[in-house]
Amino acid sequence: MNGENKCINQTNPYLPEAARIVRTYPLTEDVKYFQVRLVDMEKAISFKYSPGQFAMISVLGAGEAPFSISSTPSRPSLLEFCIRKAGTVTNAIFKLKENDHIGIRGPYGNGFPIESMHGKDIIIVMGGLGAAPLRSVLLYCLDNRDLFGRVALLHGAKRPAEMIFREEFFALKERKDLECYLTVDADDTGKWKENIGVVTTLFPQLKDINPSKTFAIVCGPPVMYKFVLKELIKLNIPKNQILMTLERRMKCGVGKCGHCAIDYIYTCIDGPVFTYWDVIHMKELI
Amino acid sequence: MKIVKLKKENLFPFLESLSKEADLWAPVQKYENKHSFQLIKDFSQIDLKYTRTILPPKKLFLPPTFNMFLATEQGYEEDFSHVTKKILFGIHPCDIHGLLILDRFFQHVFDDPYYSKARQNTLILGHSCWPDENCMCKSTNTHIIEEGYDLFFSELETAYLVWIGSSEGDDCIRIKPGIFDEDITDEDIQIYIKWHNERDKAFQVDINFIAMPDLMELKYENPLWEKLGDACLACGSCSNVCPTCNCYNVLDKPLLNKYASEIGRCWDACTLESYSEVAGGENFREKRAQRLKLWYTHKLQAYISKYGKPACVGCGRCASTCPVDINVQTVAKALEGKDMDTFWNRLSKEVTK
Repeated sequence: MNGENKCINQTNPYLPEAARIVRTYPLTEDVKYFQVRLVDMEKAISFKYSPGQFAMISVLGAGEAPFSISSTPSRPSLLEFCIRKAGTVTNAIFKLKENDHIGIRGPYGNGFPIESMHGKDIIIVMGGLGAAPLRSVLLYCLDNRDLFGRVALLHGAKRPAEMIFREEFFALKERKDLECYLTVDADDTGKWKENIGVVTTLFPQLKDINPSKTFAIVCGPPVMYKFVLKELIKLNIPKNQILMTLERRMKCGVGKCGHCAIDYIYTCIDGPVFTYWDVIHMKELI
Repeated sequence: MKIVKLKKENLFPFLESLSKEADLWAPVQKYENKHSFQLIKDFSQIDLKYTRTILPPKKLFLPPTFNMFLATEQGYEEDFSHVTKKILFGIHPCDIHGLLILDRFFQHVFDDPYYSKARQNTLILGHSCWPDENCMCKSTNTHIIEEGYDLFFSELETAYLVWIGSSEGDDCIRIKPGIFDEDITDEDIQIYIKWHNERDKAFQVDINFIAMPDLMELKYENPLWEKLGDACLACGSCSNVCPTCNCYNVLDKPLLNKYASEIGRCWDACTLESYSEVAGGENFREKRAQRLKLWYTHKLQAYISKYGKPACVGCGRCASTCPVDINVQTVAKALEGKDMDTFWNRLSKEVTK
C-alpha cells in the first residue's frame, strides 16, 4: 500500500504509452469491452499489475480518465477494460474501432491484498458495473485455484440485458470449484431462470461460512454498499477482511492532482481498495 | 552554518552579478500595497518592505497553466519550457516552508518531474520580514527557517547577516569576492538579537495548531460547517493564494493545424463545485460545506497527523484574500469555540443579501 513506483514510465509518470485496441464489442447497451495491447511489445510483456489496480486511458483530443483493469495478471500482455459511456472521454473511446490507438499509463492504486488472501475463502459480491474491477480478482482466483479456499460469486444486475459478461458468468456456473449465484432486480424477458431480486437476496445461498478465514470483496453502485455490508457483518466477517474498491475523480493517478482526496489519503495511491474498517475510520468514503 | 555579513549598499551589485547567470525574480509593488514576485530588469523596482505577495512562489515552479507534453499520433513529446534557470530573491521564511511542504508532496512515491526540474533550477535567496495583523507564522512555527534556502538575508540596520544554507549558496558569495565580510562583531550580534526579540513581540495572532486535528475530528459534524458553507462563494481564491495548495486539473487542448493535442495543467481548487464530480454526474462533494471541510482537513489536520506540523505556513494570504473572511484564523477560532458573534453575524448578512 502506498508503496513504490511500478508504473511503465519511470522518469515521467504523466507520459502515456501508445496502445492498440485489439478487440472491442458491446457488453450491454451502454457498456463496451476493450482488449488492448501496448504497442511496444517489451513494455506490453513487462506491464505488471495486481487485481484491483487501475490505469489511466487517454484519447487524443478528448482527455484522460481512470479505468479499472478487468483482466487478470495471470494472463499477461493483454489488458481488458469494460467501459460505460458516461462522459467526454468514454464517448470518445466508444467511437474507436479495432486497431485504433489510445494512450495508457499505470498501473496505479494499491490493488487487492492478494497475498494475505492466500489460503482464505473468498466471497465476491458485484453489482452492475462493479463487475469490471472484480472480474480481475475473480479470474485471478480461478487461474490460481489452489491458492484459495472456497470461492463464491454473487452477481446482480438490473435486468438480464444489463448483466455484463453474462455468457462468461453463465459458463462459470458449470465449474465445480466455484459457487456462482446470479440475480437480476427484475426480469423483463420472461426467460431468466436464475434468482430474481437484489443482490442481497442471494446471501441465504451462502452456507457454512467460516468468517475468520473469509475475505469478502464488494463493488457496485453506491446504494448497494449499505445493504451488502449489513449482510456481511451478519455473517461475522471481520471488518478488515471486507474489501471494497471505490470510484473517485482522478486526473493524475499518482497522488498529485488532489481530486480523489478523502480525509488525509488519496484514493489513487492509498486506494482504490479499502476495508470496511477504513470506511468507518475515515468518513465520507462511501 | 556559515554566516557572513554584507553591507546594504553592496546588495544590488551582488544581485546584478548573480543575475548574469539566471533570471532574477524578486518582490515588486504591482498595485497599491499589493506585491508580486516578478522578473527583474531594473533593480530599483525591488521592494523588500513587502509583507506578502499576491500569489505565493509556487507560481514559479508550477505556473497557473503550462503544457506537460504534446500528444500526436506518432507519440508524446515532453515539454519542459516552463523550466528556466531562476534566482528567487526576497522570499520570506513562511514561503520557504511552503516550498518544503510542496517538495515533500511532489517528490513522494512518484516524483513529479515538472515540479522537481523547476525546483532544481532555482536558487532560493530568502529575506527576513516583519509581521502584520494577518501573519500567523509564529503559531505555525514557520517564522524562522533553518533549511530550504541557498542564502538567507537577515536585515540589520546597515548590513545583512547572510546565512549560507547550501553548497550552491557558498558558490554564490564567491562570485563577487571581497564584498562579504566574515567578521561579525559583537555589536552586530546584539542588533540581531534585539531585532529578533522585537519581532517576536510583534505577532498579533496566536492559534493553537497542535489542537486542530482533534478539533477537526470532534467538530466534523458541527453546524459551523453548514454556516461557513452558506457564506462561501466557492471562488477558489483561497487555493490560488495558498503556498501549499497543489491541486491541479489536466487539459487536453487540440491543435487546429494538425491532429495533435497539447496536454496542459492548470491550478484547481477543492472548493470549486466540479472538483469531485465524476462522469455520469455523481458528485462526491456537492455541498460547499463538504468542500470547505476538505480544504481545512488538509490544512489543519491531515499534514499535522502525518508530519507533526500543519500544512498551513501562516502566510496570511487567505486572510487577506477571502472576500467573506473565511480563512485559517476565523475557522480555527470557530473550531476552538471562541466568541465569534460578529463574524457569524456578518456572514449571515452576506448570505441574506
